[in-house]
Amino acid sequence: METLIGLLVAAPLLGAGILLTGGRRLDRTGHLIGTLLALVSFAFAVVLFADMLGKDTAQRTLTSHLWTWVPVEGFQAQVGFQLDQLSMTFVLLITGVGSLIHIYSIGYMAHDERRRRFFGYLNLFLAAMLLLVLADNYFLLYAGWEGVGLASYLLIGFWQHKPSAATAAKKAFIVNRVGDIGLSIGIMLMFTTFGSFAFADVFPKVAQASGTQHATVTGIGFMLLLAACGKSAQVPLQSWLGDAMEGPTPVSALIHAATMVTAGVYLITRSSAIFNAAPDAQTAVVTVGAVTLLFGAIVGCAKDDIKKALAGSTMSQIGYMIMAAGLGPIGYVFAIMHLVTHGFFKAGLFLGAGSVMHGMNDEVDMRRYGALRSYMPITFVTFGLGYLAIIGFPGLSGFFSKDKIIEAAFAKGGGEGWILGSAALLGAAITAFYMTRVMIMTFFGEKRWQPDAEGHEPHPHESPATMTVPMIVLAFGSVFAGGLFSINSAFVKWLEPVTGHSEGNSPVSTATVTAGTMVVLVVGVALAWAMYGRRPVPAVAPRGSLLTRAARRDLLQDDFNHVVLVRGGEHLTRSLVYLDHSLVDGVVNGTAASVGGLSGRLRRVQNGYVRSYAVSMLGGTALVVAATLLMRAV
Amino acid sequence: MSASVTRVQGAHGAVHGLWAQAAAGPDRFPTPHIEYAQLSPVLIVFGVACVGILAEAFLPRRNRYTAQVVLSVVGLAAAFAAVIALAEKGYGTTKAHIAAMGAVAVDGPTLFLQGTILLVAVVAVLTFAERRLDPMAHGRHVDSFAAQGSAVPGSDQEKAAVRAGFTSTEVFPLLLFAVGGMLIFPAANDLLTLFVALEVFSLPLYILCALARRNRLMSQEAAVKYFLLGAFSSAFLLFGIALLYGFAGSVSYGQISRVIDGTAPMTPALANTTGNDALLLIGLAMVTVGLLFKVGAVPFHMWTPDVYQGAPTPVTGFMAAATKVAAFGALLRLLYVVLPGLRWDWRPVLWGVAIATMVIGAVIAVTQTDVKRLLAYSSVAHAGFILAGVLATSRTGVSSVLFYLAAYSFVTLGAFAVVTLVRDAGGEATHLSRWAGLGRRSPLVAAVFAVFLLAFAGIPLTSGFAGKFAVFKAAAQGGAMPLVIVGVISSAIAAFFYVRVIVLMFFSEPKVDGPSVAVPSPLTSTAIAIGVAVTLVLGLAPQYFLDLADKAGVFVR
Repeated sequence: METLIGLLVAAPLLGAGILLTGGRRLDRTGHLIGTLLALVSFAFAVVLFADMLGKDTAQRTLTSHLWTWVPVEGFQAQVGFQLDQLSMTFVLLITGVGSLIHIYSIGYMAHDERRRRFFGYLNLFLAAMLLLVLADNYFLLYAGWEGVGLASYLLIGFWQHKPSAATAAKKAFIVNRVGDIGLSIGIMLMFTTFGSFAFADVFPKVAQASGTQHATVTGIGFMLLLAACGKSAQVPLQSWLGDAMEGPTPVSALIHAATMVTAGVYLITRSSAIFNAAPDAQTAVVTVGAVTLLFGAIVGCAKDDIKKALAGSTMSQIGYMIMAAGLGPIGYVFAIMHLVTHGFFKAGLFLGAGSVMHGMNDEVDMRRYGALRSYMPITFVTFGLGYLAIIGFPGLSGFFSKDKIIEAAFAKGGGEGWILGSAALLGAAITAFYMTRVMIMTFFGEKRWQPDAEGHEPHPHESPATMTVPMIVLAFGSVFAGGLFSINSAFVKWLEPVTGHSEGNSPVSTATVTAGTMVVLVVGVALAWAMYGRRPVPAVAPRGSLLTRAARRDLLQDDFNHVVLVRGGEHLTRSLVYLDHSLVDGVVNGTAASVGGLSGRLRRVQNGYVRSYAVSMLGGTALVVAATLLMRAV
Repeated sequence: MSASVTRVQGAHGAVHGLWAQAAAGPDRFPTPHIEYAQLSPVLIVFGVACVGILAEAFLPRRNRYTAQVVLSVVGLAAAFAAVIALAEKGYGTTKAHIAAMGAVAVDGPTLFLQGTILLVAVVAVLTFAERRLDPMAHGRHVDSFAAQGSAVPGSDQEKAAVRAGFTSTEVFPLLLFAVGGMLIFPAANDLLTLFVALEVFSLPLYILCALARRNRLMSQEAAVKYFLLGAFSSAFLLFGIALLYGFAGSVSYGQISRVIDGTAPMTPALANTTGNDALLLIGLAMVTVGLLFKVGAVPFHMWTPDVYQGAPTPVTGFMAAATKVAAFGALLRLLYVVLPGLRWDWRPVLWGVAIATMVIGAVIAVTQTDVKRLLAYSSVAHAGFILAGVLATSRTGVSSVLFYLAAYSFVTLGAFAVVTLVRDAGGEATHLSRWAGLGRRSPLVAAVFAVFLLAFAGIPLTSGFAGKFAVFKAAAQGGAMPLVIVGVISSAIAAFFYVRVIVLMFFSEPKVDGPSVAVPSPLTSTAIAIGVAVTLVLGLAPQYFLDLADKAGVFVR
């Protein structure tokens, strides 16, 4: 079984290797190879899952040590895997949703001439993401972390001929660097403090950390949070996610909705031992989560681009997860549960959006949609189920997972609990609003279709089966996953051995919270219907209020970054360049010139006459003799 | 001399046996005890050299070349095998001892350096034997050496010799004699053996320097300069030997060391000189000067550029590599075996010499325009780096110097072998401007030369880096941190001109009438390939050789 873990990672890696080096002769079959290897990986995951289910709770963790990566005395980096319930959950999500999206991409990318390369990158992503969640130490995790960053960069910029895509890819990469530095510093701190990267070594030592180490642990926590912010698009490193929608839609669904962006949640949950020992870092985590869940939701309300609206929603939903993870043992399980259900419904929603775009000449502006429900019935139904799931319609997946997070937020207790709970409730209301807005603008109302740039009238049609089948499967997940997980608290029991779980003591009862969420749900939906359903949607966006305008510009995050970081950075580089030119170059060139001058003068001593040479030797000898005698004298 | 001999003879029997008692009269002449087996590397080389002379005298001219090349290679290989056999038997470590009545030490450094010199010599023979580079003279392949060394340049006699297709096959026995002297030099365990060895390897080198086929006047000028300055330095050495003898009453390393340490039994003769440290210090300084001349340290380096430039390039390569190995070996033994008790006297002085050598060698090289002169100054700078290792005055210092010498000698040989390939109508094109754009025309040759230059500069993954790291580490541990700092700065300056040549070769436009790269025979190709291989192996996996040098790093006393 242990070998299977390695094969799980190796299969997509092999695919990436074949597809990216195979050349043109694989152009016709490359997508099939890629999809097959994703499915193989999924099959391995299912086998491992079945095996794990058959074991006692205590014996479920599998480890497999492959080789020593850096065998240096005092610095041992291992390549080893650890498959426990937490990793297993991720592995199933990654390979499952990943395989579905591979299948979907067969249809979606059918006319792209670089399709082979696309599947190569997708496989590369799967391998890196699996490495990330299976690593048994932070060093290897970092390799996976960078690997998914690379794959994300390559896929966002996949249509590199579009300047906007190239820029978006660069932006994602650069913003992620900031987070990655956090992770690397965190790992370095870990190594210098505890002398190891391995989960199995670090976590017990964290628990016994002494006074000064305690501060370091808090520092590590903050650094890991920074890393999570970068990868999971949390405030203040959120600005790249909206632009990342320049990538092909399957990429948005897989990487920027279901899996990679949740790596931050994984990191925090995996590092629960560190965060449990660092309450200050935990407070920072919940703050980031709460701010982001509102931030993303507000941005989602103002976007007319269907994918960007969904991106705002992703940010917001991950905010929920991060907040839950920051709550400690009360929330870890629900963070992961929401992560899984979100993986289903958000991937479904993105695939639906892709399907709509596919039928509408790649139009993304929702103000140019309308009345599509009868033209694309399957897309409408699956998207609709995803919609119901995300707003938390009773009985669907989102209802179970999000409700639990809101409960957990209240259960944190004290003023903090009230603030977090209220934020979560408010977020739920806004979620209901913006998702209803997306739903109405896309599928209801009258047609506001416009011909595309080349003057082709859109002829909306249902997408091919390779695209609709994954959507249907995901819709099943959106509907039933949450309920399934909640029967007998199955998910809590499943994950509890890894993350720990405690009920907390909520000042408000479960029923009250549920009732509250229902109320805000209805309010949100009603408001959206009042604004977009009853009135016709203008084809050109109205100017809107100050908040709307700010939200359209992602709440001025790019402006902030530009003014504070870019301008500041430009000033810094300009002064450094000045310093470099005047001071450093001056010193360097001056040194070079003086060495050259000295050389030229010394060269003249070498005049070719033996007599001069002999004199120099004589002088040298006199000097050496004198110096030797002098040494004795002093 | 005779007065002091008498004094010694009367003084003590344990003082140097062979030399002292030889003068005592026939009735007391003992049979010298010679350990032939342990001297076999030297004896083989000298024997083969004598056979070479006989071959030169008795073989017909057309057969000499083949006979000499085969003789030389076989002889050197046999000597190397003897070195290996001695090392296998433990003469480098546990069985190290002083042989030949106290004249020669057979120990780790001796065997390591002898092995290095012999390997270098084998490779040098390959470059000596190259006959494809020069255009054919009257239908015969000719090498880099004058048709007839004794003919005056430009004379009718020379023209006749060239027309007849003569070649100087004497170079091979000369090379072997030089090698023989070099083998003894680092092994010499008394001052007279040291002096004799010095002369034995220097004289053939003077002649070899004069034997270039092209630019004969320059070659002869170089030889005369080398001879005059070499004689001058020998005089210092000899005078220093006399002073040391005057101080200690012996030329034996062990005895001088004991007198310095005050552990020698007191005799009336010694009582006259004990406490007269001026004799000792001046003698020490002068002997050191003689050796510093051979390694090319500042201010005794001035012969190097002229001689390196004028000598036939294969000779330059051999001389630059092997002389340095032998001379540093002798210097190490002198400083570590004879004068350890005086290290507070010689260390500061040698510090100064090392610093001057590193800095001046590197600085002057910056403005050189001739590739052979450039390499000459580079060898001066390297002498400074090696001196830094010598000044560590520790076992790691010895082993780091041994490793550095082995690494450096092969890089040097290879680099000079490449220089022989780049030619135009006037022979080798050594002006740097002629090398512009060589990388475009002959990427392989340029790349190989770049490898050697990077090794000279001490870039990681080449032997130069491993060597420099070893000597600087030893020097730093030995308390010579300022030397290391100066060394690193000099390396930075040196890196400039090495990299400049690489830039010139690869990033400049080739000249229209630029030199062409001659296609060498397998001989030079093999020599260059060995150079590259050693450079890369010692750079990529130096540990085995570092361990070997470490094992060999103990002098027998």
